[in-house]
Amino acid sequence: MLAGAYGEGVALAMRVIVGLGRISGAPRLVEITSAHVDSCLYHGRVSLDFADRLVGLGASVRVPTTLNVGSVDLLHPGLVRSETSQQRQTLAGGRRLMSAYLELGCTATWTCAPYQLPGRPALGEHVAWAESNAVVFANSVLGARTDRYGDFVDICAAITGRAPYAGLQTEDARRGTVVFDCRPLGHAFLASELAYPLLGHHVGSLAGAENPVLVGLPGDVGEDSLKALGAAAASSGEVALFHAVGVTPEAPTLERALHGLAPLRAHEVTLPTMRATRAELSTFGSGRLDAVSIGTPHASYAECETLAGLLRDGRPIHDGVAFYLSTGRATRARAERSGVLQVIESAGVTVVVDTCTYVTSILSPAARRVMTNSAKWAHYAPGNIDVAVVLGSTRECVESARLGRVALDDALFAEELG
Amino acid sequence: MRVAARALAGGAGEGVSIRLSAPLSFWGGTDSRGRIVDAHHPQCGAVLAGRVVVMESGRGSSSSSSVLAEQIRTKAAPAAIVLARPDAIVALAAIVARELYGLDVPIVVVATPHHEQIPAGVLVRVDSTAVMW
Repeated sequence: MLAGAYGEGVALAMRVIVGLGRISGAPRLVEITSAHVDSCLYHGRVSLDFADRLVGLGASVRVPTTLNVGSVDLLHPGLVRSETSQQRQTLAGGRRLMSAYLELGCTATWTCAPYQLPGRPALGEHVAWAESNAVVFANSVLGARTDRYGDFVDICAAITGRAPYAGLQTEDARRGTVVFDCRPLGHAFLASELAYPLLGHHVGSLAGAENPVLVGLPGDVGEDSLKALGAAAASSGEVALFHAVGVTPEAPTLERALHGLAPLRAHEVTLPTMRATRAELSTFGSGRLDAVSIGTPHASYAECETLAGLLRDGRPIHDGVAFYLSTGRATRARAERSGVLQVIESAGVTVVVDTCTYVTSILSPAARRVMTNSAKWAHYAPGNIDVAVVLGSTRECVESARLGRVALDDALFAEELG
Repeated sequence: MRVAARALAGGAGEGVSIRLSAPLSFWGGTDSRGRIVDAHHPQCGAVLAGRVVVMESGRGSSSSSSVLAEQIRTKAAPAAIVLARPDAIVALAAIVARELYGLDVPIVVVATPHHEQIPAGVLVRVDSTAVMW
């Protein structure tokens, strides 16, 4: 491949893969069964220059390849703002970039939650996934093996069908190293939605690049909670794999999660810490609310149903609040067939697909104070789109949107609940 | 003074050093002029363009490769980055910028304890095999 026998496009992709192998000290490459590509989000001309070079050199993917969000909601292109020249440039470049990745043979999934689609990888399967939340979900919840690949590498792995045998592709690197005992949080808290973005943010902050092991999560904790946990831990830290004892596939016991070795550190997680984590993630905590954004990572069908259930009865959303839900186009289509979408939209919620409300200009410039149920959104939006942010559960988001001001329910953190 | 380093991406670069006391995500953490905009980052507000950035590692989203590569293209990137451990997301940006534009931003790893001894605010020259100040 390197020598150009498969074409110059494959040779370029292989130079990148071999370069990465050298950086990561890989003894060899490993064949992969799927790829998830994040390089389709427009970050400036370099994004397009790279894709165009690969297209121009005749490259195409060798394994099934899903695409992460792009810069444009292709189903509702008017949603992305085009008032400034930079916004117009991103819109035009983003659209061209999304086309280029389709030309390379990728599937038009446009979601940051490829694990919500059929055909997801099985335990032990080697894959090359990009997008930090997808990486941590594939490794932790599915037990598939992917290292944390950056932009450019993802498409090069898809084109060559190979990735360096290094990092989390190897058994040893998957050992849990830092233990978080969540039992002091109690059953009621651990049954709440908010527990998981908060835990994820906290765990990521303390674990850094280590593999955290969570003890005490309920055995029936759902995939949406694990999605929120992983996304938050990958944003506040560099977490690409966590183990939840009795929950995730490589952690039937604490000993197995630790590969039989002693942990480097152990922490206890308490309710006051969780309360402080909400305060840390929020840049305001009361008063006027301009917008709500939920669905980062993309809302699952179950999360759309939950939102519809909360919106179905009760007061309308306040005039001064714009409410956004981000999801994948496949989930949106399912919600449309079941009628869930109509409930959400008729309540005044704008459903965004193919992209996300904090990677591109969707929110009105007047939206200064925004509530979200996502620790990842709360972590990045202030820097990305310059808004003040407050973290709340979906229920708190809906309640606050109705009132037009922030309404938080701190009873969640009261000890007697534990 | 001179210290040996392992090159992840080649080339030579020179600038005044700046030490980051926490890992940085270029995506979401820096703007198009190379300024740190992550409100949680201790060096928020610092401009990295043209500096030799000394930090343990990058952090967070895998989109950072593109953001840094675009900063290299527009000359808003650091002159060089000195890590304490290999970070492929940071290094890939430099590898791709070299493939596409022939521009070099050396990315090197200096093992601890030498990494901690690199001072801030001094002129540092990085080439593909050594860091000197």
